[in-house]
Amino acid sequence: MAVPTAEGTGGRKASRFSQDGSVLGLLVKVLGLSAIVGLLTYTGWRLLGDGAYAFAAAFFITALFFTLVFVRKSTVPLRWIMPGLVFLILFQLYPIFFTVYTAFTNYSTGRNVEKPAAIAAIERLTYVPEGSPAWGWTPLQADDGSAAVWIIDPADGAAYLAVPDEDLVPAAEVNGLQLDANGAPASMDGFTVLPNNQRFLFVSANQGVTFGDEERGVQVTSSTEARQTRQRYVYDPELDAMIDQRDGTIFVSQMGIFTAEDGSTLAPGYPVWVGVENFTSIITNPAIRGPFFTIFIWTFIWAFFSVLETFILGLLLALNMNSPNIPFQRILRVLLIVPYAIPAFITVKVWVGLLNPVLGVIGSAWNPGWFTDPFWAKIGILMVNLWLGYPYMFLIITGALQSIPGDIYEAARVDGAGPFYQFRRLTLPLLMVSIGPLLIGSFAFNFNNFAIIDLYNSGGPPIPGSATPAGYTDILISYTYRIAFGGARGNDYGLAAAISIIIFAIVATVTILNFRFTGQLEEVSENV
Amino acid sequence: MSSATSKKSSGMTMATRRRLDTALRLLVALIFIAYALFPVVFVIGTSLNPSGSLQMAQIIPRNPTLDNYRSLLTSQTNPFLRWMANSLLVSTVTAILTVALCALAAYSFSRFRFKSRKRLLQGLLLSQVFPNILAIVAVFLMLQQIGRYFPMFGLNTLGGLILVYLGGAIGFNTWLMKGFFDTVPRDLDESAMLDGASPWQTFTTIILPLVRPVLAVIFMLSFIGTYSDYLMARVLLSSNQQYTVAVGLSLFIGQQFGQRWGEFAAGAVLAAIPTMILFYISQSQLQGGLTSGAVKG
Repeated sequence: MAVPTAEGTGGRKASRFSQDGSVLGLLVKVLGLSAIVGLLTYTGWRLLGDGAYAFAAAFFITALFFTLVFVRKSTVPLRWIMPGLVFLILFQLYPIFFTVYTAFTNYSTGRNVEKPAAIAAIERLTYVPEGSPAWGWTPLQADDGSAAVWIIDPADGAAYLAVPDEDLVPAAEVNGLQLDANGAPASMDGFTVLPNNQRFLFVSANQGVTFGDEERGVQVTSSTEARQTRQRYVYDPELDAMIDQRDGTIFVSQMGIFTAEDGSTLAPGYPVWVGVENFTSIITNPAIRGPFFTIFIWTFIWAFFSVLETFILGLLLALNMNSPNIPFQRILRVLLIVPYAIPAFITVKVWVGLLNPVLGVIGSAWNPGWFTDPFWAKIGILMVNLWLGYPYMFLIITGALQSIPGDIYEAARVDGAGPFYQFRRLTLPLLMVSIGPLLIGSFAFNFNNFAIIDLYNSGGPPIPGSATPAGYTDILISYTYRIAFGGARGNDYGLAAAISIIIFAIVATVTILNFRFTGQLEEVSENV
Repeated sequence: MSSATSKKSSGMTMATRRRLDTALRLLVALIFIAYALFPVVFVIGTSLNPSGSLQMAQIIPRNPTLDNYRSLLTSQTNPFLRWMANSLLVSTVTAILTVALCALAAYSFSRFRFKSRKRLLQGLLLSQVFPNILAIVAVFLMLQQIGRYFPMFGLNTLGGLILVYLGGAIGFNTWLMKGFFDTVPRDLDESAMLDGASPWQTFTTIILPLVRPVLAVIFMLSFIGTYSDYLMARVLLSSNQQYTVAVGLSLFIGQQFGQRWGEFAAGAVLAAIPTMILFYISQSQLQGGLTSGAVKG
């Protein structure tokens, strides 16, 4: 192994290793650290500006933590952990917190930015006041392809360069400006002057666009005229309302949406705290309650039977293969676990094809309604999951069987125990000791097995009359997904998060059982 | 043994009994191998079948062609190669970063003793109790927010997807890796330290070469896990050009079920190749690696 050696081999104590702590190393460390902390702080700062306070806090805390760990001598071991921990904090721990928070809000379509960002977005809207003087204008195109205009104030004849969302630039400050004989611009740095025959096109392409900022800007209203715009809505913190500058209409904030007396609203809205409403609506709102309980019960049935059927087939095959006399043991075992080696997103769709009533080899021969009948759709999906899931059980049971010492069977035979008795009283109990926790793990996995449900039939056939999109084969996690992202009536993130928390409570209970079984937590506290 | 069997057998010798037993076991194995392989054989057959039908008679096509592969790979509306490239990119980057970040953390947990060590280790394990698929809503909204400042890591980007996968991968894999690191004798790095090596040099020159098989195992597990993921990719990606093969292929067959079977089958065969290769390579390494790490938690 080539290891850098210290210069001057004459020295007795020449180390096999060069010492770090060189100026260069230090420089790299300092630069790397400031880059990461800078990035985290910058993101936090931007989030703060948009009013996402908690998310901003997550970034600031991470940045602070990072700095402390790398500055203090006593936290050297943590320096190794920190890079991974940043991802864990931001993309594993914070989402948990955010899910809990969201469950108590009405976060949804139309309420998907924080309040300061919503107000800022509405305050950017402008209008053209009546009787505002007509400005002359010339269309321009920036080098990046975006639109701009050259405008002339009718009051004093002063000319400006106007770009959307920026202050007007007086003519004197424009670089490389060349005027033609009529006083119109011929060329300038960074912009191309568009020919006059482009004016109509320009007007229709830029309807409602304000050139300049909301305080001082114009909209092009015809091929020859531009008019000065004003900010349309102003936020009044005392009323917690937006006031329309054009006619004085007051839009009062109602559950996160600014609403006028006549019922008209402003977009976007922002999420507000609604307490336990999302949770109670699961019980009190019949249109949600109906599908929820159907799905709730099916989720348990689904997870339970998935474990049971795969366990039985896996056990059967493991017992079957557990004989030294079978030829080609190795290759037979590999062939038996083939379904395990192919991603589910492929094989589920293949099964869907096989069950297809018109094209599929199974479905065309026998079709009790694999995708249309609520009962048979459930049977079909359990059948597919049997194929997907038994190899895992086969693998772990085979492993467990091989670890059961052979001499206990010898003893049982001497005592006259038959094969069935041996299986029931020796094999099965010993198997359950090692397999039990894995069965619970498998239950938890299938409880949240979104992929197979969604790929099989997208949760269908649909449950009629439900307020949220829901199907008979939907399980809680796929139902959550549909509420959050699949709604034709808009996405209800708050309700989806509330159901996530219910799923978590169930899975956590199961996992605690799992830890009890394995003593994994105790092991952690004693054996690390 | 002979006494127990001879009591029951009526005229049958022990050897014939055993042969019958083995034959029966072999029969059961073959039946279930047929069950396991049936859909696989079917897809391969369909992918080579010019009519793209799923009927039994066509399981071994009479006149096999590569037409389905050709039309899949040249399709303008469904950029299959792009999906494959996306999947391979996301899975490779995620797996490499997972291995790197977890190796650093595992080294520290395995070799240093510090105040909050035990609590951090427990925390890592507990953080896995809440699977991040339950936080999909939050993750979706977070990426929406981040995308406003860093378009590369927003919704519908591969960068954002990688960030989310990394967040979910760190906790468990650090634990797994720490177990393996513990099996490397401490004498090795202590003698290196005596020779004047810094912890970083010990890590790179002593530990990493010794745990290379484990790094390979974590890489493959992480790669296969990411490659096969459907949920996160489905939620976070929304355009044809950004899809991973998991999302692209399943939506593609969902659209025009009837006419697309041949092409879908071709895509399925191609998409299964990366995991099949890794699965084949990892067969021995997986078992060896996992058991050697399990010796000492």
